[in-house]
Amino acid sequence: MTRENSFHGPLTDPAADAGHRDHPPRVGFFTDTSVCIGCKACEVACKEWNDVPEDGIDLLGMSFDNTGMLGASSWRHVAFVEQERPLGRQDAGLADLPVGPSGTEATTEVVADALEVAKRGGGDLGTAPVDLGFPSFGLPGAATGVESRTEFRWLMSSDVCKHCTHAGCLDVCPTGALFRTEFGTVVVQPDICNGCGYCVSGCPYGVIDRRPVDGRAWKCTMCYDRLRDGLEPACAKACPTDSIQFGPLDELRERADRRLAALHEAGVPEAQLYGRDPEDGVGGDGAFFLLLDDPEVYGLPPDPVVPTRDLVSIWKHVGLAASALVAASAAVFLRGGRR
Amino acid sequence: MSGGEAIRPERHGGHRSGPGHDDGSREQSMVPRAAFRSYYGRPVLKPPVWEWKIPAYLFTGGLSAGAALLAAGADLTARPQLRRAGRVGGFAALLVSMYLLVADLGRPERFHHMLRVAKPSSPMSVGTWILVAYSPGSALAATAEMLPAAVRASLPGRLLHLAARPAGLSAALFAPGVASYTAALLSQTAVPAWNDAHRELPFVFAGSAAASGAGLGMLLSPVAEAAPARRLGVVGAATEIVASRLIDRRPGFVTQAYTTGRPHRLRRASEYLTLGGAVTALTLARRSRVAAAAGGLALLAGSVLQRFGTFEAGVTSTKDPAYVVQPQRRRLRRRSEGLEER
Repeated sequence: MTRENSFHGPLTDPAADAGHRDHPPRVGFFTDTSVCIGCKACEVACKEWNDVPEDGIDLLGMSFDNTGMLGASSWRHVAFVEQERPLGRQDAGLADLPVGPSGTEATTEVVADALEVAKRGGGDLGTAPVDLGFPSFGLPGAATGVESRTEFRWLMSSDVCKHCTHAGCLDVCPTGALFRTEFGTVVVQPDICNGCGYCVSGCPYGVIDRRPVDGRAWKCTMCYDRLRDGLEPACAKACPTDSIQFGPLDELRERADRRLAALHEAGVPEAQLYGRDPEDGVGGDGAFFLLLDDPEVYGLPPDPVVPTRDLVSIWKHVGLAASALVAASAAVFLRGGRR
Repeated sequence: MSGGEAIRPERHGGHRSGPGHDDGSREQSMVPRAAFRSYYGRPVLKPPVWEWKIPAYLFTGGLSAGAALLAAGADLTARPQLRRAGRVGGFAALLVSMYLLVADLGRPERFHHMLRVAKPSSPMSVGTWILVAYSPGSALAATAEMLPAAVRASLPGRLLHLAARPAGLSAALFAPGVASYTAALLSQTAVPAWNDAHRELPFVFAGSAAASGAGLGMLLSPVAEAAPARRLGVVGAATEIVASRLIDRRPGFVTQAYTTGRPHRLRRASEYLTLGGAVTALTLARRSRVAAAAGGLALLAGSVLQRFGTFEAGVTSTKDPAYVVQPQRRRLRRRSEGLEER
């Protein structure tokens, strides 16, 4: 059932491509990080509604972020980045206060060193406890005077499964546990998943993971159960600032375009949409973002590509190698009567 | 780099890191560690959840396939000892493979869920069905070899004996798939080192499978019958080494996952062993059984290390965000300059 652009490239209706007929419109999340206040209500609401177990209670040293990453037991993750620069024309109001520069650069070095020796390089964050040895560093500004006071801004962003138009996890799943819903979202069926782990390596965003105690892969379902009952997902419902907006993807994209234009006009030229473009490496995300810095600053890949894009080239080379093996095996027996 | 800190292009939230850092490797990296930005140096991707069992399977699966091909050839050219070694060894390697694959699952008791669907977009599903097609022939041919004399004389024994050749040939038919699909399995992932090497990896793995199967033949069959095994060993080893070197020479930052640290040391050791095995096959192994066995063991060990080295290169490339951010940034930059298509 390989239609045009089933594996990569722009695809207007992934649900129909997966075989759904008379399906509801594709829905998604637009996460506008410019209004995120870092309350983590989305993380909590998600855990509560979906009965997601504990992912480890550790202090990570990543500003106010002690979740660290999306994982099998963290389906929403709020990132915190401290930067020595103003947000647009905003005055941080720090000029007369006894504060110093943000400590992000120092903490990053400390945390990164701890991550290097952590299990899976810290990839277990969001899935299982990761002990980074309680990263410690001097208090920002403790040893400095007025001269080092700087501008300051705090970036916060609630990350989530992107529900890609071309989902790497779904493409490579060998059991059919992962499937495309009628809403165009991507969901794992826990009663089918046998924990092969292929989806973990198939995801170009590092979202889905295997839960060690349980052996199965887990990720955001965009509250499939709530969608079927006509409710919005728990995280969007709980978000007090409408940073997480839920709705038909077409509407969200229009709204995001307007918001981006407004921010650019308001003097925030660094605002950018991430995952909005249906022409990108995954055919556009079902959950996309407005960011105030480059994606990698938030831990997101700058230009992700679905591995399935290379499927034809991969099998072509596998076929060539297999043919060469057949030829070589035959040739070694055909060479003269020499034993 | 003088005044490194001063010329860092990004000061905020940036983390300077790179491969070969603090991993005990003494190699000087060829590409200077460039500055890139990340989220507290945290990985962007989830490193594979697969542990040693998967690279071990890459070896045993390839070994089984190589041995099955050799056994079929030996059967058709009347080399009974080489045939026996290939059939029995190939099936034994298949049984080990099955164990490794099932044991690696998070829910081993659900292994049969792999048989619910046939999904061309999933190399693991394709591989499952290749193994399903391959296994009966391998099992039947090996059983025929191992029958005790008393059973062999009975009717079922005679029928099994008749079925052995078609069974062995059917295994040989699917063996090239078994030997090479694993390259697709690794390449069709977001793991930078595996995905980047998708043109070379099938040849590394097919060559490695041929070399290991041939190594088994050299180890277990008499010198007089093992000439095809020796030749296959040489061809397989040459293919593996050349393809593996091509990976090392690929342009781009991701290649460092192969050329630095532990993956590099494993693959270099593999190269020496494989080369040694191939040279032995060309020379001493033609006369001495002991030398043949040593050469065979070298080929087998070379294949094991190749699989583990390739596997670990992939894991390394997911743990360090540099392998994800740097190439993707470069791609975006080149695209914005109109140098690269989507």
